Amino acid sequence: MNLLDAHLIVDRGTFRLDLPIGVAAGEVVALLGPNGAGKTTALRTLAGLLPLTAGHVRLADRVLDEPSNRAPVPPERRSIGVVFQDYLLFPHLSALDNVAFGPRRRGVHRSAARAQAADWLGRVGLAEQARAKPRQLSGGQAQRVALARALAVQPDLLLLDEPLAALDARTRLETRAELQRHLAEHPGATLLITHDPLDALMLADRLVIIEDGRVVQEGDAGTIAAEPRTDYVARLVGLNLYRGQADEHRVRLSDAFAITVGEGGLAGDVFVAFAPSAVALFPTEPSGSMRNAWPAVIAGIQRHGDYLRIQLTGPIAAAADVTPAAAAHLHLEPGREVWAAVKAAETRAYPA
Amino acid sequence: MRRFPLPLLVPAVVGLAFLVLPLLGLLVNAPWGTLPERLVEPGILDALRLSLECATLATVVSLVLGVPIAWLLARVEFPGRRLVRALVTVPLVLPPVVGGVALLLVFGRFGLVGKYLDQAFGFTVPFTTTGVVVAEAFVAMPFLIIAVEGALRGADARYEEAAATLGAGRWSSFVHVTLPLVAPGVAAGAVLCWARALGEFGATITFAGNYPGRTQTMPLAVYLALETDLDAAVVLSLLLLVVSVTILVSLRDKWIS
Repeated sequence: MNLLDAHLIVDRGTFRLDLPIGVAAGEVVALLGPNGAGKTTALRTLAGLLPLTAGHVRLADRVLDEPSNRAPVPPERRSIGVVFQDYLLFPHLSALDNVAFGPRRRGVHRSAARAQAADWLGRVGLAEQARAKPRQLSGGQAQRVALARALAVQPDLLLLDEPLAALDARTRLETRAELQRHLAEHPGATLLITHDPLDALMLADRLVIIEDGRVVQEGDAGTIAAEPRTDYVARLVGLNLYRGQADEHRVRLSDAFAITVGEGGLAGDVFVAFAPSAVALFPTEPSGSMRNAWPAVIAGIQRHGDYLRIQLTGPIAAAADVTPAAAAHLHLEPGREVWAAVKAAETRAYPA
Repeated sequence: MRRFPLPLLVPAVVGLAFLVLPLLGLLVNAPWGTLPERLVEPGILDALRLSLECATLATVVSLVLGVPIAWLLARVEFPGRRLVRALVTVPLVLPPVVGGVALLLVFGRFGLVGKYLDQAFGFTVPFTTTGVVVAEAFVAMPFLIIAVEGALRGADARYEEAAATLGAGRWSSFVHVTLPLVAPGVAAGAVLCWARALGEFGATITFAGNYPGRTQTMPLAVYLALETDLDAAVVLSLLLLVVSVTILVSLRDKWIS
């Protein structure tokens, strides 16, 4: 039984969000999608800041919004904590009073609320910053105060909107590890909204990926990383992705091009995915069995970690990762014609 | 160093002279020799006290009524909001004397509201100290409303959303989040309102009359003195100038910066 059980339907002009989503107690679900996919709209409807057009939101068996049935419960009467993207710490209150704000508004006596707040600040390692105003805090500290403030009301549902987006790379790494620990301790449901696949893969038990207001893929991190189902997801996890018709080991990707895959027994529409590092480049047609090889033209070259990522056009568009040494040896440059090859065993095919 | 563009510099200097010279005129023409004995004349201090009290009361009234109006205009979508905003600013463009006449028509003994106040409570507003406060608040409140509405629009409404997710209802989030965020704007608006109320003349003399000790504020006393004794008018003006500038400067140091 899910703690959060929602079907969010929101019409905004020509855009429609249609998102069924459930989160169990103690579970962390990441809602991942490109800008404009409807992530923020989803968060706002769950928090009660935006009404649903249709569908429902139920949290801990309490109906919060169901347009067909009743008026939405206002945000202040939902058991939901939100960590906003830019935190929105109240600038006129100290870190302690920011965290105590929620308990105070929920009727806890001042001294008790402050004691609770001090406890939460201690848990996020900021006991010494209790009296600091938000503008005196670093980005990472502000993020932790925002988390403490959201958790201090002990919400059934914790919503995090791009919680690490405002941080620099180094702080992000530390804060992500700490956030992971706090999310693991949170007994309620957690919904994390992000466009960063790394945040989603590291922090969430399960991923829900939306594009244009609809769910395009959902599952655990391993499955999504291995078997992307849209170009957006493939780009997120760094794979070449194609769709074609399978006939045993052959998958026809276009009228003129087919690829041999390791899996057998496939039929009908399938996806084929392989990593850029699985693509080898040759100056002339390679010989050897079990290789898929095709003539390609180099469209672009970018640095990608320790490798060069080569964008190829030809019968299929593909990305290939080669070492700088290999690139120099092959005289790779935009416009040059090469042969690309992928071993059947390094491809992965799965039903569409 | 970059040169100042003359088309900006010249009008700025001329404008400054235009604003400052009249004040200099007051200082130069003041009867410095007889100043001490003139200042302690009984009528003068009464008028000053009345001016300060009425302007302060009018500011309090404007705060109590005007801040909620500003909140409505800035935060609540309702039909006719543009019309309400236009109505609120009418006292700004209305000649104060016309405002005074309008107040008489409403709060006068036979006015729309005054009639009932008179019948039910035997309470008359015009030509009383209360009338001075009413006239000043009528003229000065729009300044406060405009300043506070501007501050509210400038304040990020998402802080109120954050407060709502933490369990604060609209009133609670207004008191604990919105008001502290716009406090500098409210203070600036109150100072502006107070200064306007202190200098109010037209609506006051029309609606409240010119009774020494009851409705004769400093601007009225200045005007009356002008008819008989120019030196007395200059002394009164100087006193009003010094008191208001002192109060504004001390408030600025305390609130605005």
